[in-house]
Amino acid sequence: MIVAGIQPKAEMVHWWFATGFLVLGLLLLSEAVVGEEVWGRRPWRRYLWPGFAFGMGVLMFPVMTFFTSSTIHMVAHGSWAQTMMLAGAAELGVARGKLHSPYWRLCSALALAVSGVALLVHEQNHWLFSRAAFLHHLLGWSVVAAALFPLARAFRPRSSTAALGFAATFVLIAVVLYCDRDVAPIFGHLDFYAGVPHR
Amino acid sequence: MSADIAHTIRRTRDRHEAAARSLALRARIVLALGPATAAGGVAWALLQPWRLTILHPAGQGFWWLLAEPPLYVVLVGLIFRRLLAPGLVADLHAAEEPEP
Repeated sequence: MIVAGIQPKAEMVHWWFATGFLVLGLLLLSEAVVGEEVWGRRPWRRYLWPGFAFGMGVLMFPVMTFFTSSTIHMVAHGSWAQTMMLAGAAELGVARGKLHSPYWRLCSALALAVSGVALLVHEQNHWLFSRAAFLHHLLGWSVVAAALFPLARAFRPRSSTAALGFAATFVLIAVVLYCDRDVAPIFGHLDFYAGVPHR
Repeated sequence: MSADIAHTIRRTRDRHEAAARSLALRARIVLALGPATAAGGVAWALLQPWRLTILHPAGQGFWWLLAEPPLYVVLVGLIFRRLLAPGLVADLHAAEEPEP
């Protein structure tokens, strides 16, 4: 109860993660623009986005712990934490040269697919229930579809379309998460059971 | 000068010009990413000023004063432009220069 009293609202956590995804999106976008060779000319840069993704996965664990409104929420947050860490770790291994196969990039595809499914499964209200429900459905389907980009990157590492699509996915995730509010209408709809909007 | 040599020189020059144009475009995109992001944050702040609690901080708690999403976007854009973009553009130019 004490923790519940001092912890931030769920929407704020969404905005903080949105900022993390925006950073990831910018890093991947600039890597896609300059190309992998130029990006890798400074060794520290190779570890930047995989390390950031891994760190965000670690930070999902406190979210899983403190924002457990239901079992399905805990499972969803836990699966995001684990798959983000897996994707980040696999990309770190590839960047370091410890992992050689480009198929390790399939971990990113797995992370997006699992994240998308978890988003869809843990949102049990319909699309127009509230803004949060709408955004969860939108994000879930978008992320499931976007899993094709890292899948394409694993098989065609030099594809700029796949790289740009992968980067754009994170920018989209950021925009959607920034739009999230705990209780707010969507296109003028707000279900009676959604609650009363605060500031 | 033989016509073959003249055509080869012209083709080589065209290739170099195309590569230089592509390089300049990529450098411009990288340099624009940060300011474009920051501009997005500023536009958001202007469109939804109520998302910035620092504009009317009275009665706001710690978390509400910390949560300023449009400022986060501006900050990300500025940090990217300041810390990452210059090095990327320098490396982009260095990669195009012939090895000694």
